[in-house]
Amino acid sequence: MTFTDKQTNNAAAAVSPTSEAELAGFIAERHARAAPIRVVGGSTRFQSEAIAADQTLTSRRLSGIVTYEPGALTLIARAGTPIEEIEAAVAAEGQAFAFEPMDHRKVLNTKGFPTVGGMVSANISGPRRIHAGACRDHLLGVRFVDGRGRVIKNGGRVMKNVTGLDLGKLLCGSHGTLGVLTEVALKTLPVAESQQTLAFHDISVEAAIEIFATALATPFEVSGTAFRSGTAWLRIEGLSPQVDYRRERLSALFRDREIDIVNETDSRMLWRGLRDLHHFAGSNVPLWRILVKASEAPAVVARLNALGGDVSLDWGGGLIWFESSANGSAVRNAAGRGQAMLLRRGTLPNSDSFPPEGASIARLSAALRQTFDPAGILNPGLMDK
Amino acid sequence: MSTIAMPEPDVGILARAPQIIAALESVLSAGTVISSPEETRAYECDALTAYRCPPLAVVLPRTTEEVATAMRVCHELRVPVVPRGAGTSLAGGALPTADSVIIGTMRLREILEVDTANRYIRVQTGITNLAVSAELEAEGFFYAPDPSSQLACTIAGNIAMNSGGAHCLKYGVTTNNLMGVRIVMATGDIVELGGPLLGTSGLDLIGLICGSEGQLAIVTEATLRIVPKPEGARPVLIGFDSAETAGECVGGIIRSGLLPVAIEYMDDVCLRAVEAFVKTGYPNCAAVLIVEVEGSEAEIDHQIARIRLIAEELNPVEFRASRTAEESLAIWKGRKSAFGAMGRLGDYLCLDGTVPVSKLPHTLKRIGELSKAYGLEVANVFHAGDGNMHPLILFNANAPGELERAEEFGADILRLCVDAGGCLTGEHGVGIEKRDLMTKQYTADDLAIQMEIKSVFDPAWLLNPAKVFPLEVSQPHREAAARCP
Repeated sequence: MTFTDKQTNNAAAAVSPTSEAELAGFIAERHARAAPIRVVGGSTRFQSEAIAADQTLTSRRLSGIVTYEPGALTLIARAGTPIEEIEAAVAAEGQAFAFEPMDHRKVLNTKGFPTVGGMVSANISGPRRIHAGACRDHLLGVRFVDGRGRVIKNGGRVMKNVTGLDLGKLLCGSHGTLGVLTEVALKTLPVAESQQTLAFHDISVEAAIEIFATALATPFEVSGTAFRSGTAWLRIEGLSPQVDYRRERLSALFRDREIDIVNETDSRMLWRGLRDLHHFAGSNVPLWRILVKASEAPAVVARLNALGGDVSLDWGGGLIWFESSANGSAVRNAAGRGQAMLLRRGTLPNSDSFPPEGASIARLSAALRQTFDPAGILNPGLMDK
Repeated sequence: MSTIAMPEPDVGILARAPQIIAALESVLSAGTVISSPEETRAYECDALTAYRCPPLAVVLPRTTEEVATAMRVCHELRVPVVPRGAGTSLAGGALPTADSVIIGTMRLREILEVDTANRYIRVQTGITNLAVSAELEAEGFFYAPDPSSQLACTIAGNIAMNSGGAHCLKYGVTTNNLMGVRIVMATGDIVELGGPLLGTSGLDLIGLICGSEGQLAIVTEATLRIVPKPEGARPVLIGFDSAETAGECVGGIIRSGLLPVAIEYMDDVCLRAVEAFVKTGYPNCAAVLIVEVEGSEAEIDHQIARIRLIAEELNPVEFRASRTAEESLAIWKGRKSAFGAMGRLGDYLCLDGTVPVSKLPHTLKRIGELSKAYGLEVANVFHAGDGNMHPLILFNANAPGELERAEEFGADILRLCVDAGGCLTGEHGVGIEKRDLMTKQYTADDLAIQMEIKSVFDPAWLLNPAKVFPLEVSQPHREAAARCP
């Protein structure tokens, strides 16, 4: 597998500073020479391949939890901290990241370990995003080094903070093109003590979207809404009596349909697999991540199916995963008003990774990149093609 | 005299006032431009009433296109623009300068689309916060951010300040409930960002616009996330004989795995004022918490039982759980009338710093010490669940020097919040009020990049002048902007 080989080569050549000051010094020097850098975290995703740079920089040795206050639901960690380390620390207090970040290793066949900085820079959010919001909604503050080598902080560690412009949101999902994160502050939330999943078998995409819309309009805080191969799942979480009550109410709402109940441990396993796309693992066929308006999902899925391939849905139908050998422009046409990103590239060209932007948004984004990184050294060619 | 400086108006612009007004009138529909001194005076301040200055003119457009036309004229004539929602800012975020044109959103009131299947509403931003939820009532949905000015404040202002409210502990603040915006740039260009999709593959420009206090653009339309109404909600009231114990109870509830919609805090000064004003029957003690939980009747009972267990460990003076809608109203009545009750005691400054929840007891203690040192009484009423404090400093505006002393006291409290690991403003915004304290929270580089971003959106630095960035710090940027063609 060429990906893995390249990944290994990159890691060998990677610069891995042990302090923020060292990282800032390195970037300042590259800025002065206008020498491009490929910025990576734990190298568990492939997007770094699109980048035209011979030098890799990783934040993975800026590692460790700085502060964790369970009573304030806040955690501050250095960017290179493995998510596993954070998940273990917060799980010991019965907490977690509510946005349920996905682990890409299985579906992308990568080694390495996902870092919290990588998670924030790609705004990685899993099935619970539909109820709890995305990674960006749980980000409280950032420290980063911009493309000139300036160390900048924004936001803080408190949940309400409107002091000045919100750069955290801008950095979250910028894929390392605006700055290199050195520290992030995130909100943690208590893990629900109980969960159950309602499974609806042998149904169409149209029926699934209808079930999702109906369930998400109830006050029962449905926290997972996924569909694959004719089965739709609704996850409910909460205090134990609450979950029983919500299951009863939802079952009554869908009394015309046959419903299987998946309990506790099995439910957790199910959603882990859906979150990490285990159903698309073990292949190198291109895999697309397509954001659509949920009510338009059936039409988009019909067009995608016509291209040949396999789909699964999440976020109430607002997120379509599509595994197919079809070419990029065909997939983008089928996505219509949706946005299609390439998660697993397969044999498709780098230029397919991000969808094209409208002229005025592209202009604004380019001007912002120029502001953060005047020499264009941070992940050039990734988002700015 | 007040202590926050505003720049001298540009005499060149003042001299051209008749031409500027004529230029605006020539391209906008009749009644859109207001310029008589009797009428512009109504716009001389927002809710930070100690600072007043009538603008050169006020423009009240009815469409995004009219906003764009007005912006284009102001940009061509190099006239500063002050965006304004309902003017309820407590931070002076909508304070005009004499050489500025206000562009107000209050006539942009249309509901453009309600989509319950995809759970959003699209509105023009001059609509009030409460009117959005009212529109959704029959559908069983609501719009979650609920600033206490929600009857009057507009969505435009909420977006500009990233407003919060009592219920954001569970539902988040404006930025967590904003899916898309239509903005008018300083040049008059109209740009659409986001919409019904759950995110973007590009840069999160909506996240940047939200909370930018009118420094980057005017938001004329918004796509807002809507949430199903809970089956029910009921509060409990818990009284404690010390602020520290109340603080401990807040931490205990949050750690327990419960997620209340609101945890509100009132101290003894506030309790006495409220009791004298509306006869709440609150216990006479050092601190009261109001904790609200949601769900079905049984779910609420279950959660209240858990809160009782946590509270009773701490020997509360009183634990009162609401059983009926009337009892819920009675518990909330005192909290909701707190600001009115304080107003009866005299003038006050309402602050908005945030501290980590674990630092609440320490911060409250230091505020008490500062209160003695300044000789000014302070009341504390705030959103304890997220550490967002609202100390109210009582003073007499007619006593010479007392406003200045109150402002210095307020600045000390905000510095205290920053030193405790918190921030200058949790939900009111910087405006002019906290502008000169920004250097306490941010380094020169932290502020430089924010100002560079402003220059991307507003190269001539015409939007909402003299807010957010300390004048000294922004001077080189403003001078460079003045030189650019």
